[in-house]
Amino acid sequence: MPDDAQRILDRSDELRRGLAANFRDAMVASLYRSARRVASRSVRETGAGKWDLDQRVDRLVTSRWLGLPLMLALLGAVFWLTILGANVPSQLLADALFAVEAAAAGWFEGLGAPWWLTGFVWHGVYRGLAWVVSVMLPPMAIFFPVFTILEDLGYLPRVAFNLDWLFRKAGAHGKQALTMAMGFGCNAAGVTSTRIIDSPRERLLAIITNNFVPCNGRFPTLIMLAVIFVAAAFPPAAASFAAAGAVVAVVLLGAAFTLAVSWALSRTVLAGESSAFTLELPPYRRPSVLRILYTSLIDRTVFVLGRAMLTAAPAGAVIWTLANVEAGGANLAARAVSWLDPLGAAVGLDGVILLAYVIAIPANEIVVPTMLMCYLGGSMMVDVTAYEQLRAVLVDQHGWTLLTAVNLMLFSLLHNPCATTILTIWKETRSPRWTALAAAMPLGIAFLTCFATAQAARVLH
Amino acid sequence: MTAAECGACPAGAQLARMGIDVAGADHVVALAGNPNTGKSSVFNALTGLRQHVGNWAGKTVTRAEGAFSFEGRRYKLVDLPGAYSLLSASEDEEICRNFLLFGQPDCTVVVTDATALERNLNLVLQVLEITDRAVVCVNLMDEAKRKGIEVDLRSLTKDLGVPAVPTVARTKQGMAELVATVARVIGGGVRTTPLRVEPPPEVREAVSSLVPLVEALIPDLPNARWVALRLLDGDHRVRQALLSGELAAAATEQARAAARPGRLSTAGGTQ
Repeated sequence: MPDDAQRILDRSDELRRGLAANFRDAMVASLYRSARRVASRSVRETGAGKWDLDQRVDRLVTSRWLGLPLMLALLGAVFWLTILGANVPSQLLADALFAVEAAAAGWFEGLGAPWWLTGFVWHGVYRGLAWVVSVMLPPMAIFFPVFTILEDLGYLPRVAFNLDWLFRKAGAHGKQALTMAMGFGCNAAGVTSTRIIDSPRERLLAIITNNFVPCNGRFPTLIMLAVIFVAAAFPPAAASFAAAGAVVAVVLLGAAFTLAVSWALSRTVLAGESSAFTLELPPYRRPSVLRILYTSLIDRTVFVLGRAMLTAAPAGAVIWTLANVEAGGANLAARAVSWLDPLGAAVGLDGVILLAYVIAIPANEIVVPTMLMCYLGGSMMVDVTAYEQLRAVLVDQHGWTLLTAVNLMLFSLLHNPCATTILTIWKETRSPRWTALAAAMPLGIAFLTCFATAQAARVLH
Repeated sequence: MTAAECGACPAGAQLARMGIDVAGADHVVALAGNPNTGKSSVFNALTGLRQHVGNWAGKTVTRAEGAFSFEGRRYKLVDLPGAYSLLSASEDEEICRNFLLFGQPDCTVVVTDATALERNLNLVLQVLEITDRAVVCVNLMDEAKRKGIEVDLRSLTKDLGVPAVPTVARTKQGMAELVATVARVIGGGVRTTPLRVEPPPEVREAVSSLVPLVEALIPDLPNARWVALRLLDGDHRVRQALLSGELAAAATEQARAAARPGRLSTAGGTQ
């Protein structure tokens, strides 16, 4: 049979040589003709109603001058809603959860449990969980549904349309804007979504730079810093707008780094031209509320929160252990912090922040809780539920300045992806080399950028 | 069809959503369609799963599988990535086409956008070149209505030679009829005579001299003319499948499946 098959192939090669050069076009044309004939018999257009409105909206949303400002305004509005809405529930949750910690610890002691068991379970594991839930749950429960509404409406392809020229100039694929949008939720999801980019070169660019989109695990850090340090510098009436503006600025900076790194890579190790593609602008569709709530609350919020809690519990245990195991006259955490302090100082941060980032490699979500637990580790009662108290702890007791806050925002935006994302990058690229680059390059950029701002701040003072 | 009618009809009562429990399926149904026509919504409505649905083209990047049962039979549903054509211009199109060729679905549902039917029909016609057992799901009927677009489903069914079913997947309208139609196509209750696009004059002669050779090699092949066209086009994957016997194996398997009890008759043919 292989012989017969081979004979058929030979015959087809022979026949192909006898065909007109444009026979492929002719085949496609006959297909299109048939489709048109069938459609013309079964489709009747009686009038145009909503179609016109769609196009009018599109002309505005994708217009040359209004498209980008409108996009930034929308992004700012989403963050503003998140910041404004999350504040009160965050505090209520923290109050409730920490009250449970105090009560439960007292109950353990009353039962005669050894101090290390109480400490490990309640001040270690439980406190880690409580922080993650109270800091992350409210912003996510607002951000995800609002963002999903934009996605459901059909706004994301318009964003890609508006940004296409920028990505083309950087040598990247226009659909990278879509994969970046997915990265807002989770960088691992963003990396997976790069499958919509066909060209391997441009897909690698999208994978490597997805980290520069701050994911949901990093938003609480950014929002907290924006509220404590940026908003505090403004009168109360403008504070929430200033905080939202600061987060938008960080996102824009991330986009700038994405473009710059894409540009640099596509002129060096990933040289090549941007490929052309068709982008479909879907009709605007009315979002279905129940489904949005389901997808954004169950699939996204609970999923991300669950992951954060899974890593927060062991991290809490690790921090408690580090803070309570003595070696050579000081506890392990203090030793690690003093060892990291010089490096931290050089980049405008401190040893605790760097230690927090080391412990938080499995998930960015736990950076802030880890930091706070290190700062407050010794004390039994932690009551920094309100943002003002948090500010007092950081500024008065641990010497934070505006530079610390700015550099922490920069570091949070630029540093290496979390372990899950790194694993996903490896799964998608199957290349140790690209995975290593995707992990190491952002870390290097983060240190360099923070070093530069720290030096600049010192010169200015 | 309104939602109320849908709930009252017997098919609605017998559709059981089985989520991801795909083990031991009696039939395999493929879900194909252009990007952003609501394939994932159809998938979710049939399986009761909640695959993420988004209003942008190219959202489904992984092949999703789910299951449902109808009239005591279990169906495995495979959600293929969205594709504009099957000419293998992109990885998605390649995945889609290879599944239709070698995955041997018992029926293929092509989801189309009622508001852009002509463009969607390009894919439908290409699917019909490969398989006889297909159902066209004309989705987004609500949007078409709002835009003042009317689709004559009887004319569409007659012209395409396979059943066309109107649906609004987001609100699950027409889902029961879609499933019942799929079951009838698989069971042989509906005879399909898919429209096969006449090759252009430029290649007609070459095709007709190649088809008998292909048919002699693989008598069970349901799409000899399409294979001949692909060979003329120099399609690497199809050439290789012909050489390795993969194409013949798939055709034999499909012929055997068609002869299984529970199926009344196979229907095919060209127009």
